[in-house]
Amino acid sequence: MLQQFLDSLIADGTLGGMPRDVAYLIGMLGAGALVVFGFVLNISGVTTFVERRVWARIQSRIGPNRVGPQGILQWLADGIKLLMKEEAIPFAADSALFKLAPFVVTVGFITAFVAVPFSSALVIADLNLGILYITSMTSLVVVGIMIAGWASNNKWSLIGGIRAAAQIVSYEIPAALSIFTVILITGTLSMQGIIQQQGWGPWDWFIFHSPFTFVGFFITFVSLLAEGNRTPFDLPEAESELVAGFVTEYSGARYLFFFLVEWGNLYVISAILVTLFLGGWQVPMIPGLAESPFWLNLTQAVTFIVKSYAGVITMMWIRATLPRVRVDQLMSTCWKYLLPIAFVNFMGTALWVLIWPEGFRFAELALTLLGFSMVVYFFYRVVFHLRRSGAELTFSPLS
Amino acid sequence: MTEFSMFPVVFYLMAAITVGSAFGVAFTNNIFYSAIALMFTLLGAAGLYVMLAADFVAVVQVFVYVGGILVLTLFAINLTSRIGDVSVSNRSLGRFPSFLVLGLIGYSMVRAIRTAAWNVVEVGDPVPTIEAIGDAFLTQYILPFELASLVLLAALVGAVVLSRKELKEVRG
Repeated sequence: MLQQFLDSLIADGTLGGMPRDVAYLIGMLGAGALVVFGFVLNISGVTTFVERRVWARIQSRIGPNRVGPQGILQWLADGIKLLMKEEAIPFAADSALFKLAPFVVTVGFITAFVAVPFSSALVIADLNLGILYITSMTSLVVVGIMIAGWASNNKWSLIGGIRAAAQIVSYEIPAALSIFTVILITGTLSMQGIIQQQGWGPWDWFIFHSPFTFVGFFITFVSLLAEGNRTPFDLPEAESELVAGFVTEYSGARYLFFFLVEWGNLYVISAILVTLFLGGWQVPMIPGLAESPFWLNLTQAVTFIVKSYAGVITMMWIRATLPRVRVDQLMSTCWKYLLPIAFVNFMGTALWVLIWPEGFRFAELALTLLGFSMVVYFFYRVVFHLRRSGAELTFSPLS
Repeated sequence: MTEFSMFPVVFYLMAAITVGSAFGVAFTNNIFYSAIALMFTLLGAAGLYVMLAADFVAVVQVFVYVGGILVLTLFAINLTSRIGDVSVSNRSLGRFPSFLVLGLIGYSMVRAIRTAAWNVVEVGDPVPTIEAIGDAFLTQYILPFELASLVLLAALVGAVVLSRKELKEVRG
């Protein structure tokens, strides 16, 4: 699409005989900047606002509500404030590496967006290696965190960096194994290919494909939470023990970039989960929708974003309710529980695919029923406890 | 107007990144700087693989070397105290023999490159390579593949045995 547009510009002579490849390069850089500034940064920003409001609701507070209607411009104000602030670089810090670290972290995060599919047409590049590409690019983030921890020349930062590395290297193994269970079923690594093999209904999603993928979904979720340094696995920045971990010495715009990546990563994690297990952008084939590509892609994109934001809000909810785990608990969770279960899952899925290459309808329907009854029972208990609790609770989210 | 292509420009840029940061790995005194330069070397090599239309090798290069080996290297450096100011003890010893060895290796490398019968293939449009690689691994090359995995398993078991032994000595 971009190529056609640029070709037409070259044919018009608008670019004044500029070499074709240079025009392509400038066009791609422009489109990349547009995507980054118009979408990626905004997703992180809006997520910070949503997170603060959701926490406030959970903790019976009001939350930021002054800047703009209901405070929805709070994230812009915070971002501008941090950009204007003076940046202090500690005298003892290694200033070159101190400046390099936020770049590495941000590159690792933004390049992952290249392969995230929003609809059947709306994807920057449908890489043949999609999911492998995303997992390898997000590993750049941990290198950046380690550089930050070292360059700050501060005990807390160093411990934070080491914790981040140990945590991410460990949890990458169960995460990769559980992701591979889905790849065993699809036989492709492309994000679009994985989504195309699922359907719009929950019974066609890979989470309900077999008992093994059902367990695999939860393993992937926990492992990705740990890789994204989120509570209950936010040991690298543990405020109560390490001040702020690897970001202790950072201020101003560099600090902003670390938090941009942290909140943006929430979205990437949910997007991976939605793509692999929750049907991606699949929408029911309503007659008439398929004829108009614009409306079809719009519905698909809305479906995808709603599903991934449901995941993001679940992660916020976890952060607001669960305490932080200890380091030894973190490691034993990974190596003693998640890893063996992930191996069993992997072998089990291989066997399942061998026996029922087209999927086993009864198991899919039964698991869907199980999943939904779990959700219904959960809400029943929540409502039960709310009724029992004597405290006065208000349920107006706009107050 | 001759058609100007970005391909050689990008190639020389990638090559410059790779070689330049490889020099950085070898010549800096600070081992942490060496590790960071190694990251750029590995990424540059991944870029060269992409230019050779070897997408799978490139992604695995980033996944294994940057995401795994480099992180473990940084981890080890971070855990070693005062690693930044280790004095290099053999700074001037053996300078002449080292140049001799370097010259010999360099000569034989250049000689090998000049005389080898290179299998030159035109780089076409990138085609997905992963299916071909998977098929080759599980049909034609299954024996070397399984042998390599056995070697890795043995290395894993060896690492566990080595680290367990140390623990027992401490306790006993």
